[in-house]
Amino acid sequence: MSASRGVLAPLQSVFTVLARIGSVALFLLRVLAACGPALARPRLIAHQVYNSGGRSLIIIMLCGLFVGMALGLQGYNLLARFGSQSALGVAATLGLLKELGPVITALLFAGRAGTSLTSEIGLMRATDQLTAMQMMAVDPMRRVVAPRFLGGVIAMPLLASIFNVLGIFGAQFVGVYVMGVDRGTFWSQTQGAVDLRDVTDGLIKSFSFGVACSLLAVYEGFHAKPTAEGVGLATTRTVVASSVLTLIINYMLTAAFL
Amino acid sequence: MDLQGVHYSLGSRRIFAGVDIRVERGSITAVMGPSGTGKTTLLRLITGQIRADAGEVRVFGRDVGTLSTAELYAMRRRMGMLFQNGALLTDLDVFENVAFPVREHHRLPEDVLRRLVLMKLHAVGLRGAARLQPAELSGGMARRVALARAIVMDPEVLIYDEPFVGLDPISMGVVVRLIRELNDALGITSIVVSHDVPEVGSIADRAYLLAEGRVVAAGSAAELRESTVPAVRQFMEGAPDGPVPFHYPAAPYPDELLAEVTP
Repeated sequence: MSASRGVLAPLQSVFTVLARIGSVALFLLRVLAACGPALARPRLIAHQVYNSGGRSLIIIMLCGLFVGMALGLQGYNLLARFGSQSALGVAATLGLLKELGPVITALLFAGRAGTSLTSEIGLMRATDQLTAMQMMAVDPMRRVVAPRFLGGVIAMPLLASIFNVLGIFGAQFVGVYVMGVDRGTFWSQTQGAVDLRDVTDGLIKSFSFGVACSLLAVYEGFHAKPTAEGVGLATTRTVVASSVLTLIINYMLTAAFL
Repeated sequence: MDLQGVHYSLGSRRIFAGVDIRVERGSITAVMGPSGTGKTTLLRLITGQIRADAGEVRVFGRDVGTLSTAELYAMRRRMGMLFQNGALLTDLDVFENVAFPVREHHRLPEDVLRRLVLMKLHAVGLRGAARLQPAELSGGMARRVALARAIVMDPEVLIYDEPFVGLDPISMGVVVRLIRELNDALGITSIVVSHDVPEVGSIADRAYLLAEGRVVAAGSAAELRESTVPAVRQFMEGAPDGPVPFHYPAAPYPDELLAEVTP
């Protein structure tokens, strides 16, 4: 018996993962179907953009600044080996726009906004609020899930853009004022090398991360077991799944954009 | 509202094996029974959250089990439901909670809506609490707010899930009076699911006692008190042992004590 279990266990976990992917995909269709009616009520969505985005703003700005500053130091040291310190602006800006900005923002979003979405919806289920809505003939998919999903999808590219601005500023600050790169060179090189495509690539990435992270957050909350333990587990799963999915999508999009 | 021969099982556990209940228009009907007899499940059947395996659940003359989601939502707009814990929306204050169903379903001018909500809050005695958050309310107040929300759409049927659980005597008295008054003043049909014998006895026109998946007794509260059926006697008197055994089913005690302990 133990031998058969030994063979079946990995298979079973593969099935569990496949079943979960299927379940999330079906949930995405339900969410998208509910997004139409939800769009008719922009105030609900605006409120959720504030909840997911506005409340993450401080940590995003702070992290953007410090990531940019670290990038300035590392970039300068690396480029100095080839005598091309003047390319610091280009290196930092491209690194932020195309990779670090969208990815780190998505990871922070999963930890800050994603967890609060999951626990909020999970607790609404645990305290019968979702059932109460259904009893009042209000569809929780339209009233609760879709606005939160859309709020996250809208907030993510905005947050990533703010992260990038602060990051570039941080890199410039360290490069120019600490390491002594010429300020004019920093900006003119950057202006010359970065084109619109670099910006849109990054925006497409963070939009995709927004869809993935928000979807997983509302999915886990909506399907959380209605107990304290269940909501806790769902919150953990949100962070883990969003982070992993973000990095996988990031690789695939990077490969696609080359 | 009419339930005929309703069967329902959850997994291998049989919850209802042929339940018949009739609710007269304009009356207060109580469904009583020990914990775990499926009282809340019965409400879920009536409101169409789950479907019966066999039998008919007729509400407003239609079989709930055959309704589409849209029809189900249309039916629920004619019902109000009071949840055990109130189930107030925690991100809205008291006023907005009561206004919630109206805002979702109608476009009323703000001043009309305000008067409507204040009127319902006044009816439950909580007009002064309109701007409090749900977390600031006591259990009894939360239930009264939930009651105001349940009646804000002027429902034809009001369903109460354990309305007396965990209330102090004063709050209990308030809720008992409100259920009776709302029923009489608004001509609502009420269904009260509860195991609080004296409170239910004081307001119900007709009571059903559920046990082991069936209705074991039906009648007015007085008739139930006079009943000689052992299951009814045990429930009405609160006897710890009887047809509902004190012990959860288990192996014989001596056998279990002497059994070898296996790690």
